[in-house]
Amino acid sequence: MDSYLALIEQSFNTSYSIWAREALDELPECFTITDPCISGHPIIFASSAFLKMSGYSKDEVIGRNGRIFQGPETNRRSVMEIREAIREERALQISLLNYRKDGTPFWMLFHISPVFAKEDGRVIHFVAVQVPILSRQRLNGLSLSEEGSGFKEIVFGSCRREVCSMDMCRVSALDSDSRGLNTEEPCEASEAEKRRAASAINNILSVLTQYSESTGKLVCGKRCSSPGATLISSSLNISLGRIKQSFVLTDPHLPDMPIVYASDAFLKLTGYARDEVLGRNCRFLSGVETDSSVLEKIRESIQAEQACTVRILNYRKNKSTFWNLLHISPVRNATGKIAYYVGVQIEEGFQSQESHGLNPEMRQLSCVGAVRVAVRSTSIGAGSSKS
Amino acid sequence: MSESFMLRIKRVPTVVSNFQKEEAEEGASRNGGCGRNCLQRCCIQGAKLPLYAFKKLNEKEVLVHENNEPPVAFLDSLLLGEWEDRMQRGLFRYDVTACETKVIPGQYGFIAQLNEGRHLKKRPTEFRVDKVLQPFDGNKFNFTKVGQEEVLFQFESSEDGDVHFFPSASIDVDNSTSVVAINVSPIEYGHVLLIPRILECLPQRIDRESFLLALYMAAEAANPYFRLGYNSLGAFATINHLHFQAYYLAVQFPIEKAPTKKINTLDNRVKISELVNYPVRGLLFEGGNTLQDLSNTVSDACVCLQDNNIPYNVLISDCGKRIFLLPQCYAEKQALGEVSPELLDTQVNPAVWEISGHMVLKRKKDYEEASEENAWKLLAEVSLSEASFEEVNALIFEVISCSDNGSENEAQDMLEDANVNNSLEEVDAINKGSHCAMVSGTQECLVQQ
Repeated sequence: MDSYLALIEQSFNTSYSIWAREALDELPECFTITDPCISGHPIIFASSAFLKMSGYSKDEVIGRNGRIFQGPETNRRSVMEIREAIREERALQISLLNYRKDGTPFWMLFHISPVFAKEDGRVIHFVAVQVPILSRQRLNGLSLSEEGSGFKEIVFGSCRREVCSMDMCRVSALDSDSRGLNTEEPCEASEAEKRRAASAINNILSVLTQYSESTGKLVCGKRCSSPGATLISSSLNISLGRIKQSFVLTDPHLPDMPIVYASDAFLKLTGYARDEVLGRNCRFLSGVETDSSVLEKIRESIQAEQACTVRILNYRKNKSTFWNLLHISPVRNATGKIAYYVGVQIEEGFQSQESHGLNPEMRQLSCVGAVRVAVRSTSIGAGSSKS
Repeated sequence: MSESFMLRIKRVPTVVSNFQKEEAEEGASRNGGCGRNCLQRCCIQGAKLPLYAFKKLNEKEVLVHENNEPPVAFLDSLLLGEWEDRMQRGLFRYDVTACETKVIPGQYGFIAQLNEGRHLKKRPTEFRVDKVLQPFDGNKFNFTKVGQEEVLFQFESSEDGDVHFFPSASIDVDNSTSVVAINVSPIEYGHVLLIPRILECLPQRIDRESFLLALYMAAEAANPYFRLGYNSLGAFATINHLHFQAYYLAVQFPIEKAPTKKINTLDNRVKISELVNYPVRGLLFEGGNTLQDLSNTVSDACVCLQDNNIPYNVLISDCGKRIFLLPQCYAEKQALGEVSPELLDTQVNPAVWEISGHMVLKRKKDYEEASEENAWKLLAEVSLSEASFEEVNALIFEVISCSDNGSENEAQDMLEDANVNNSLEEVDAINKGSHCAMVSGTQECLVQQ
């Protein structure tokens, strides 16, 4: 758990100077900052206003995913819309029912917006603002999406204009209604609340931009350049982050077939840090005693676009060795053509705690399957940024 | 309409198992000693398969994970691993990941796939489409005839409330195991068939127990992109042996994006809405005090449709939290010659996946010209008309409201709610049907077109 929290800290500190936290806390709004590149897409920063509103302490929130604030009455379709906006790396504004720590539900206007690295256009964080909705309009349950599901990357991503066929307009305090909070009716935020959310986003982005200058890793609120060739989209990142086995994704279309994704488990197995492996060919894992005929077999399989399983001697960063039952397979994306190769490592003799009774070979295969689903699906969208 | 009048269409059935043969070929291999390792008495003794025993969630448990986004759930791992294994062993008729697929630009994002290998260039078979309930016929292909290698694992509820996995468990022939098998003509990666109580040889019809099993599977997989679907007879089910289908596609289905208008909330807190601005009219069920409540309400609605001879499809999405029920009449229209040749040429049979927005196209031309407009046009043919849909809703509501509660007060409340929320037609329907007797099944299709 400690190392996970360290990752969280690092996510913030790599991009923004230490004074950023203070500056962010001076903003009156409720908001969180999340990192889609860390497995689980966790919250890395929560404003003090947010903590106060939700009733949680900082430790209970940092490292958790935003879904912990959802509950049984939260509209599932809205949750889906948020998930899709994140996967498509675009902004979204939507009313959502959330729950405080004490279990009480409340409606809020949720506005999420990506933070791009200026250099290569990658999404490095998401900012999520929560504006409590205080004035409530009672509707007849009809919710129409005027602009469709909102593929546009504008601040008011997906406004739902709800047709109000009833003349009454009930303004009720959050839980004073005798029948309890009516959580079933969708709740529209006022124009003022929407403007508040949008300007909060802008304020936060300004702070982040300003405090990213000193770290040299400039950020901005809009994608400034097209994503670099060695990277994968944040949506693919998020999908792959759910897979707990050790594996890497390499790109055969780039010179020397570099690693474009490495799972946490891979880093743990080999002892390297992520930036030490991304962009490099896997051969750094081999060493003097690695059988070259095995390497040849791998090369041949890749040339033939075939899967293969080999037993290869690999070296960790600290020069210690381990026998790697390595399975390599071509992975196709939605075009039907090979987009990547996946390499799944099993350390011979190592008993995994979470095997649940699945033998190592089956776990290896399930990793391949999960990668196939992730790669195919994230490349299918008309609007997605990269395969 | 006289009972002797039957509606039939001709289509090439999808091959879901490598052992699926045409009726003509069935005669050759009768009983005894088939030698192909199937699930019938001839081969099943001593057969072993992995067994996944799922935990029955009685309450609406919210699993709070220490570390945020839940890892790939165990059932997911098992299914993906076994599927990948079969893929590497060459059991599928083609590599579905080599099939080009795209989201069609438009408001809803229909998904089109070019899959030339799925459909066979075989002689079309005749399918009777006017009887949703047909008795099981052991002479026809059924899932006990599949090879054991096509079965991935047994899927049962565990005895003690904990998840258990047995890598190699005997198939208990007496205890009516349910299994998950591959679909050898997959639409997407991980396309499987869930066959409840396989050895009981149940015909294709929904009952409370089997629907609940399907919901448990959706919940257990804990993956919103792993959806289950069901086609009734007359709504493009290929095989009359009770089964659900499932596969992974990590994008939203158009039907999941469609706006909905709430109709009612039952006493068991199941919320029922109707699809708005979607080419096919249908109902959405969500909520409920427990998973069982939601399951029972939906299965009761399905049984009602079955008993009234109305073909339908069901989509279980969002880990079992949202269930779409879609009555349809395309097959009948086809049999009566009411579908345009243009649409027939695409050879798209609008089953649950197509209706949900995932279209598998066999001709390159159709794939390249795929548009939201075309998809919409096709699906609009599938839908019941507004009038028919209202009638069907009335039937359904009668059944599920009664089985939900029987007291007068609640019926009263329901009428009040109905007045506030519903159109005049529906209020009339509910008023008319305030008695609890189910409309007796008729031989003819209720749909009037």
